[in-house]
Amino acid sequence: MSALRFVLRAAPDQRLDLSPLTADRLAGLDTAAIEALQLQTGRLRVTVGDVFRVHPGDAAHIVFEGGSDRFDRVGEAMRTGFLEVEGDAGQQAGRLMAGGTLTIRGNAGGWAASGLRGGRVEILGDAGGFLGGPLSGERTGMRGGIVLVRGKAGKRAADRLRRGLVVIEGDAGEHAGSGMVAGTLVVCGAAGSLPGILMRRGTIVLGRPAELAPSFVVSGVTPLVFSGLLARAVDPVSEIAAGCVRRALARYAGDMAVLGKGEVFVAV
Amino acid sequence: MPDVSHLVRNGVSIDDTFAEAFDMRGTALIITAPTLRWARIAAVSMTGFATSIIACGVEAGIDTELGPEATPDGRPGVRVLLFAGSTAELQKQLINRVGQCVLTSPGSACYAGLVGTDPLKLGDGMRYFADGWQISKRLPDRHVWRLPVMDGEFVVEGTTGLTKGAVGGGNLILMARSSEGALVAAEAAAEAIAGVPDAIAPFPGGIVRSGSKVGSKYKGMIASTNHLYCPTLRGAVPESVLGPDIASVLELVIDGLTADAVADAMRAGLEAIAAVGPERGACRVGAGNYGGKLGRHHFHLHALAPEGGP
Repeated sequence: MSALRFVLRAAPDQRLDLSPLTADRLAGLDTAAIEALQLQTGRLRVTVGDVFRVHPGDAAHIVFEGGSDRFDRVGEAMRTGFLEVEGDAGQQAGRLMAGGTLTIRGNAGGWAASGLRGGRVEILGDAGGFLGGPLSGERTGMRGGIVLVRGKAGKRAADRLRRGLVVIEGDAGEHAGSGMVAGTLVVCGAAGSLPGILMRRGTIVLGRPAELAPSFVVSGVTPLVFSGLLARAVDPVSEIAAGCVRRALARYAGDMAVLGKGEVFVAV
Repeated sequence: MPDVSHLVRNGVSIDDTFAEAFDMRGTALIITAPTLRWARIAAVSMTGFATSIIACGVEAGIDTELGPEATPDGRPGVRVLLFAGSTAELQKQLINRVGQCVLTSPGSACYAGLVGTDPLKLGDGMRYFADGWQISKRLPDRHVWRLPVMDGEFVVEGTTGLTKGAVGGGNLILMARSSEGALVAAEAAAEAIAGVPDAIAPFPGGIVRSGSKVGSKYKGMIASTNHLYCPTLRGAVPESVLGPDIASVLELVIDGLTADAVADAMRAGLEAIAAVGPERGACRVGAGNYGGKLGRHHFHLHALAPEGGP
């Protein structure tokens, strides 16, 4: 059975909440019921039928033909299935996902994969700030799953990461991996200032030298067994990132300003 | 000597009898190191003094060597199998042996070698050696502990798998006209069994020269020499199963993660013994059992014998 397709009629004139359009929430709904779902985030009522032409198909595979940076909360809390956005997505794409695969073929806004619990989020373009990070008032960010950004990421990527793998093949903004609790972040390009600032535990791999906080301490250039293990784990996600892991041999421990059980590997 | 009907393969007589085997708890580990030599050293060390659960607590051995492409960290390694009579004993032996023999071996790492129905603690039971410096890493495909040690880090997977479907006590008893012939045939069989996946022959070099029976005339002895197969007792023991031409007997004991693995190993051993032939090797093969009353796995030699003629 072919995919359930949502073809964008025109650029939306307000921000939209696309969280109702996931495999879990659309299962069993007919086209008319889907078209009647409300997506507005403001005062004016907007339904699916107002924004998209709906082509019936298997809800386990959803495709948005045409994207917009006003498409917020795409794939939020999805547990199964495949969801593709053939264009950009707005804020909080894939937030609280527990399973399935979300692919954004354009750019994603801030807080993409926020609080991810499982599944896989792939962003072929750039990601905004706080990739995988928590919203205000939340204690931790991602708790599992895999995030891959083929382009660049904004500031504080993997903020307060608790578990899971975040790979950024391009550059990362300032304070990547800030306050990490655990988990793994790989930045293949250049990282902005102070990566890993206030990280408690976890692993950051940097493809290029970066300005670390003075509260990180050198812990040698040692080929560790763990590097090979991590490279093999990362390889199915990104060959570029696996190459970075294999080259990243200089190890820094920190952040000693907090618990100090984290580590930053830098390619030498 | 009792009347036993025989099947003959390449001049080697195969008794119409069966090996009686028992359910065991089993597990597997993958040990890696910077070189295959050091992976083997760690594995040999941890599977030492593990020939029989009668006194060793566990029966263990090397299953196979692994190339870098077949190990989790891309280094050479070996897979070892361990078998015990209870889950508790297997767990205890696992932690003790990995802790004393693998953790201590230069450059080693240790991973689960089996996906089982239940987990056995591996790194989860050893992490406190790191005295608070242990690092937990949950990768997409496994959870490992990283323990700082003097040559870097000891990486050890959190758990490994337990199988309750393991089988221990598969066996072949080789009878030869000379001690040299018995050893040649036994070595050929041990080598063939070593090539069978998921099965080990835990005794020295895979071979037992002191086969045992259950019980003894002495109180407190749970096993004693299998007098029916001792050539020097042939005249003294009326029920001896040895004919006048038998000068030496050796046994191969086999443990496997499954009954099929034990059967495959016995089949491979029989084929190797038959291939050597009676002139250079063994002239007769039998198997140990307890009348079928104690173990629920019966491996009949004639069903496992190689194809071919006398």
